[in-house]
Amino acid sequence: MNIIVCMKWTPDTSEADLTVSTTAKDIKKDDLDYDMNDWDRFAIEEAAQIKEKIGGKVTVISLAPEESEDMLRECLARGADEAFQIWSDQMEDGDGFTTASVLSEFIKGRPHDLILTGTLAEDDGAGQLGGMLAAMLDIPSATLVSRIEVNDQKVSFVRELEGGLYESMEMDLPCLIAVATGLNEPRFVSIRAVRKVASIEIPNLGIDDIGIDAGKVGRSGSRVEIEQVSLPPEGEGAEIIKGKAEEAAARLAEILKEKGAIG
Amino acid sequence: MNILNPADAPILGAPAPAIAFIVLFLSVACFCFVMFRRMDVLRKAAPDPRFSNIPNRLLCALMYGFGQWRQPRYLGAGVLHILLFAGFMILSLRSLTLIGRGFTPTFHLPLLTGSAAFAYDSLKDYTVIVVLAVCVIAIARRAVFHPKRYDHPGTAGHEYEAYIILGLVSALMITDMIHDGSAYRASGVSGEYQWFPAAALASVFMPRNDPATLNFLHVGGYWAHILFFFGLLNYLPVSKHFHVITAIPNVFFSNLNKGTIKPVRYGTVDWMELDQCGVSDLTGFTWKHILDFYSCADCGRCSDNCPANTVGRALSPKMISVKARDYAYEHFPVFDKTSKDSEHEKRLVGDIITEQEIWACTTCGACEAECPIFIEYIDKIVDMRRYLIDRGEVPQSLQKPLQQIKKKGNAYGAMKSKRAAWTKDLEDFQVRTLAEDEHSDLLFFVDSCGSFDPRIQEITKSFARIMARNNLDFAILGQEESDSGNEVRRLGEEGLFEQVSGRNIEAFKARNFDEIVAFDPHAFNTIKNEYPEHFNVIHSSQLIHRLLSRRTMSLNAGYLGGRVVTYHDPCYLGRHNGIYEEPRRVLKSIPGIQYQEMTRSFSRSFCCSGGGLLLWYENEEEKERMGERRVKMAMEIGAQVIVTACPFCLINIEDAIKTTGNEGKIEVIDLVELIDRSMS
Ligand SMILES: Cc1cc2nc3c(=O)[nH]c(=O)nc-3n(C[C@H](O)[C@H](O)[C@H](O)COP(=O)(O)OP(=O)(O)OC[C@H]3O[C@@H](n4cnc5c(N)ncnc54)[C@H](O)[C@@H]3O)c2cc1C
Ligand code: SF4
Ligand code: SF4
Repeated sequence: MNIIVCMKWTPDTSEADLTVSTTAKDIKKDDLDYDMNDWDRFAIEEAAQIKEKIGGKVTVISLAPEESEDMLRECLARGADEAFQIWSDQMEDGDGFTTASVLSEFIKGRPHDLILTGTLAEDDGAGQLGGMLAAMLDIPSATLVSRIEVNDQKVSFVRELEGGLYESMEMDLPCLIAVATGLNEPRFVSIRAVRKVASIEIPNLGIDDIGIDAGKVGRSGSRVEIEQVSLPPEGEGAEIIKGKAEEAAARLAEILKEKGAIG
Repeated sequence: MNILNPADAPILGAPAPAIAFIVLFLSVACFCFVMFRRMDVLRKAAPDPRFSNIPNRLLCALMYGFGQWRQPRYLGAGVLHILLFAGFMILSLRSLTLIGRGFTPTFHLPLLTGSAAFAYDSLKDYTVIVVLAVCVIAIARRAVFHPKRYDHPGTAGHEYEAYIILGLVSALMITDMIHDGSAYRASGVSGEYQWFPAAALASVFMPRNDPATLNFLHVGGYWAHILFFFGLLNYLPVSKHFHVITAIPNVFFSNLNKGTIKPVRYGTVDWMELDQCGVSDLTGFTWKHILDFYSCADCGRCSDNCPANTVGRALSPKMISVKARDYAYEHFPVFDKTSKDSEHEKRLVGDIITEQEIWACTTCGACEAECPIFIEYIDKIVDMRRYLIDRGEVPQSLQKPLQQIKKKGNAYGAMKSKRAAWTKDLEDFQVRTLAEDEHSDLLFFVDSCGSFDPRIQEITKSFARIMARNNLDFAILGQEESDSGNEVRRLGEEGLFEQVSGRNIEAFKARNFDEIVAFDPHAFNTIKNEYPEHFNVIHSSQLIHRLLSRRTMSLNAGYLGGRVVTYHDPCYLGRHNGIYEEPRRVLKSIPGIQYQEMTRSFSRSFCCSGGGLLLWYENEEEKERMGERRVKMAMEIGAQVIVTACPFCLINIEDAIKTTGNEGKIEVIDLVELIDRSMS
């Protein structure tokens, strides 16, 4: 069982004051801390659990600059057997399509039964990569998967739909699954766990190692053109409801009724 | 008549001394073998250096072991235990004498002759009566009142052990009375009952002028006594009453380093290289910790005071000892050497002591402060957490804050660069960030909570204001500060503790200052007691106390306005660092303060559910928040203001005031904030 997990290195914007960059095509990222895309944390955990159960090999790949090595090392501590970092300066400013192109080139060249990605990434939440990557590899795919069971040459899984519905399905291997958060309980990675995998080498692969055209990556290969990034306009001041809990709750219910949110 | 001495009465034709020898030999051999098997487990356990500071240890053994100093914390049971213990000490001489009298009728211990012997025999007779009475009361107390702390939830059959032991001790007393009573009767004296009340009492039930019966009672009582004595001796190491033997050594070897967590493994230079980190099995514990398990008397005082147990979390510290001792007895049995099939076995850590129990502890130390024989829990719990951390089995609610500390140096996930952002809100003065090689008298260690939690920032600002208004030369580390690591260490993430404490130590060493001051007792504790390099560190309450004693600052009662005030002792200030008085003296220097102590105060203070990362911990079992309990305790004594000296106590209690619907009736405030508002 060869499992490949795609990891995205995303900026943590939760506690930062976001500002738009001078080009107005992106946010300023210099001061931001980067970390593993939270969705991908569930993907690598699932891969590790499948491996622990039925055996196999887990490979982690990320298309990201050098600083992402910590993330990849953490993946090794989480149970991956090997990790690859893919980056060349030409890959800067790519979109989901160029990322998928690079990853598919890499994956084509090696055995793969199950490919796991997150459904979304926390940065711009495009959710495109899983689908595109599967198409490029010509394998079936599913998104928002909240339970996975691999048996023999098939994988059965559950998808979470709107309104609390669940959908059970089955696919033939090889296939790609884009996971939902919450499908497992990711393990904790201690400093010692990372140190134990400190000696595993994480190869850096560039454009030439992947064997892809410079024109197909980064800015030049992108199909998405961002016109402008802006902060939302400041709206009317929100209403702070004061008073005792019961009174405040009553007032809140009133407002919600007025606005038609509740019957 | 002359009574027949046991040594002169052959048994089934065999001379008594020969029988005495056989009984003595077999009993002692059996006892030694059992003890050897029990102690052999300690030899297999992890190392633990407990031989330092012998004078202190002797003092401890004298005071708390022989002196039973902690017993009266539970007055009724404590007094009974002291009587029983004193009885044991006195009667042990008697037992030795009796053993000797199986060999020669006139055997006596050195010095116990003539009037000394008379005095001792009389004392012994009174003791017999007292011990018998204590046993009867103790049996009745258990049988009639069933004190809850004696329960053994989840494990069967331990309660009867108490009855066995009390029964055996009673039997010892009664057989002694029969032995002596028959001699008393036979001697014909009747005027000495005031010296030998036990013998006189027993003789009442015996016939006069019936030498055969009296001889039978005298010799029979003797042998029964001897058999009960050796029976009891051999029962001790296979029951919970092992403490009779191990308690005093256990007190002697008790932990003398308050406020610290043990290293991962003593004597290991690089613990990271160990095959396993933390404790997963019995022999992973240190020998002293296994001695703890042996020594636990099941009295339940620890659990009775454990806040986690009180609010319904899965944890009962006593049961950790009981379960571990059961496990030890089962897996290292006295006779059977065959090892058990370990695959289907329940694991000690994980199955028998569950993850829920292990994570439920707030490390408040109430159990350890209470235990009459100094059994330790925090180190064991942290050792088991280390194992779980190593396996990645950490409650989800704690993972995020731990990861944030790893990546950003604070659990709030805030950017490092904003660590000093709170200083911008101060208008009247500026707070200096201490650059490398610069000097300030005081280095104010703000810690993550004081830097990022909006509510706790208020304490931070108050404290800065107090220092500024008193013209103290202080500065902060700003961006160069990392989380203190107190809770990181207690959650078992030793590597991360080394990382954050290492960064702080580097920052400290690059700067010049006289003292570090912190208002968070958790930071105060770990810097003071655990950082591998020494720094002078004081708590805010100590600094304020100093300012007041120098009379450079004066206070008024304006803010309190006549309200009734009580003080909540934070675990890491009180129990872990013995700072009880300074905060109280500071409070009492507010003119006209109406001060009331809560029933649970000083070393019996009730934890409000823990600081640092425990603020993020979600427990599903608890029926009530610890803080809510604490608010009720304060309301019971009519307090209107709870003063504390820990930012986490403040947050927990403030929440609890809201959730119990007591807003407006009672307020909680940090000592620092109160002083800021009460400065004249
Ligand atoms: C159920 C649902 C609800 C939604 N709700 C909202 C909403 O409320 N508001 C709203 O604005 N939008 C919403 N959307 C839209 C969504 O946010 C976006 O459309 C988009 O789907 C997210 O794309 P992404 O960029 O995160 O995906 P991608 O960037 O395609 O990332 C997905 C995965 O691809 C892999 N990957 C990506 N880049 C790399 C790389 N460089 N190296 C290795 N692996 C990589 C990772 O595994 C990652 O998890 C919703 C979508 C869905 C499906
Ligand atoms: S330290 Fe506190 S919470 Fe932990 S077991 Fe002891 S009393 Fe209970
Ligand atoms: S640990 Fe101490 S307090 Fe707790 S039951 Fe045992 S002897 Fe009693």
